[in-house]
Amino acid sequence: MSDTPEPATDTGPPPPWTPLRQALAGLSWPPMLLPRLVRDLLRGPQTDPAPPVPEITVSALIERLDAAARARLGRSLAIRHVGSGSCNGCELEINGLSGVVYDLERLGLRFVASPRHADVLLVTGPACRNMTEAMQRAWHCAPEPRWVVAVGDCALDGGVFRDSYAVEGGVGQVLPVDLVIPGCPPSPGLMLEGLLALVEAQRDEDEVPAGMPPRAEPGFRNQG
Amino acid sequence: MSRPATKLIRQGAARVGFRHELHPSQWLQLRAALGDEPELDFLGLWAEQGAVHAAFHGADGLLLTTLPLAEASYPALSPVRPAAAWFERAVADLWGLRAEGGTDGRSWLDHGRWPAMAPLSARPQPNMAEPPQPGFLPALGEGVHQVPVGPVHGGVTEPGHFRFHVQGERVVRLEARLGYAHKGTLGLMRGKSPRAAARFAARISGDSTVAHSWAFAAAAEAALDLTPPPRAILLRGVMAELERIANHLNDWGALCNDAGFAWPQARCGVLREALLRAQEAAFGHRLMMDRVVPGGVSIDIARSGPDTLRAALAGIQAEFPALRRISEEQAGLQDRLAGTGVLHPALAGRFAAGGFVGRASGRDFDARRNRAYAPYDAVAFTVPVLRSGDVEARLALRMAELEQSLSMAETLLARLEPGETLLALPVQGGEGVALVEGFRGEVLCWMALDENGLIRACFARDPSWLHWPLLEAAMQNGILADFPLCNRSFNASYSGVDL
Ligand code: SF4
Repeated sequence: MSDTPEPATDTGPPPPWTPLRQALAGLSWPPMLLPRLVRDLLRGPQTDPAPPVPEITVSALIERLDAAARARLGRSLAIRHVGSGSCNGCELEINGLSGVVYDLERLGLRFVASPRHADVLLVTGPACRNMTEAMQRAWHCAPEPRWVVAVGDCALDGGVFRDSYAVEGGVGQVLPVDLVIPGCPPSPGLMLEGLLALVEAQRDEDEVPAGMPPRAEPGFRNQG
Repeated sequence: MSRPATKLIRQGAARVGFRHELHPSQWLQLRAALGDEPELDFLGLWAEQGAVHAAFHGADGLLLTTLPLAEASYPALSPVRPAAAWFERAVADLWGLRAEGGTDGRSWLDHGRWPAMAPLSARPQPNMAEPPQPGFLPALGEGVHQVPVGPVHGGVTEPGHFRFHVQGERVVRLEARLGYAHKGTLGLMRGKSPRAAARFAARISGDSTVAHSWAFAAAAEAALDLTPPPRAILLRGVMAELERIANHLNDWGALCNDAGFAWPQARCGVLREALLRAQEAAFGHRLMMDRVVPGGVSIDIARSGPDTLRAALAGIQAEFPALRRISEEQAGLQDRLAGTGVLHPALAGRFAAGGFVGRASGRDFDARRNRAYAPYDAVAFTVPVLRSGDVEARLALRMAELEQSLSMAETLLARLEPGETLLALPVQGGEGVALVEGFRGEVLCWMALDENGLIRACFARDPSWLHWPLLEAAMQNGILADFPLCNRSFNASYSGVDL
């Protein structure tokens, strides 16, 4: 029998912290986690301050969206990532955005699981022909108003892959791109700047620039 | 030990030291001989115009064999080496060469959306047809239904399609249909100098950019009979270990998070970001892309680089023991990981699975040790091996490897001596092959240069070629809800196989 017998002596009423300790023990936390959590809480956030947003990008973006659309998007954006055939370097850096250091969500930006919930399609990679239809379907699924952000040199113009038989070129060949974030891959800081510019572009609801060019609609290659 | 297949290959006419050419009749015999020599590991199969090549690794190292082709077909190897099936399908899609008697004849890379068919063959035919619907292997049984996932996924990942056949929650069959990220990389490399083509190798799989660049550079150097300067070799080793550390941290955190335990991901994320910033300070790029090039390294480490890197590594070192203990002792986490997604050692062995996938299922192979290429020939390290083959084992193995890499990176940094970092490449023909251990496993690269020093043909095999079919096997009879965990624990590259 491995049970140790109860000590015979009466120890009196339990000390006041016993219930807390029992409750914590019941959570089956490993003994080292709790002090670490406390330490993490006490040492304050490890998050970098948000980068400044370039005004020129913001005004260019404002011109692309009418006031009604801006009002509907509000100052928070739901982002859906769509990989159109990247080398996965851009994805690595996008994933960094949700981490503690960049902490996208504090700025009103969050990743969502479906294009149907998205205001922004964040597209990485050259426009691989094998992805054309899927990308256009994702775009059609996203409710209007919507932004398309091309992330990385590949998404910009096909990057090093631009001359390949398997690639259409940049994402702009397949979808109407609103904003390009260049780099191979762009750093999370640069991406954050671009995304914040999108949020900023929703700021003014008054002035609507006149004579906005209509945005081109992409079509399915295989459906008339 | 008779080793009939090795013997047969060696009887073929030697084209270069490591590659032997077989007659059609010998190739047919090879198929039978491979069945009698299961210990000869199959690494990959690819083609160029007028020939198919296959690579093996056995007791006497790397062995390549070639079948020159007059027609558009060759006897398949997949009946005796199941891992060959994905390669045979790719060879059919890219070069238009059919594997006679192969276990799977469906196209994979070619979705019917390129302007031409067999784009790497001598005469690509224009593609006039509508893209066909993909065909999936059937699963029969009462109440079996299909769950399609992708190519656009719920998380931030690369594109790929998964087709599940499920019965209730139980997965009867999983099939990965990839090829969405096909960028035509092999075609882009042709006709370029190794220096110019290195940027394509660096972008085969961004998370393994150092490993692929190194394998590519080493193959070019072998073809040109060139040894890069010692400082460049040490820097390559440093970068490769840093890449391993960063990737292991990333997946460690993500795996815990997928199982609902967020804290390790927060900590791993902070440590990894500090490392990436140190890498940028030391090498001018957060992922160290385009740093390893044929002839050496394109950029020397910054003067303050070693100290910056040491500081980042020390930060990881300091937190590593607690992070590991907490991950290993969290009952809720272990409950999700232990016994999930088991890859049986026998199967891992038959596929010659590399990296942590193979080593978590008992396959004791690490190119850094087994092939002892510089600088690893002069560094002491252990290669952890486990046998249980589940998600937990793959995670435990990565933690153990991470610990090794931390000390290896320190050792290599301490050995840096001033010196040259890049040699000019002679302009001449040649052929070379290399095997370099990346974080996923060994990367194989083979390259043939014409007399002008331009690439005639090249093939780069990411370890994911073997991991994808094994992920399918590991999911069999598991539950659908475990797929994200299982998939993450393999973390096979999409772009790495789509090429
Ligand atoms: S831009 Fe660079 S990192 Fe991004 S997908 Fe293209 S090659 Fe990869």
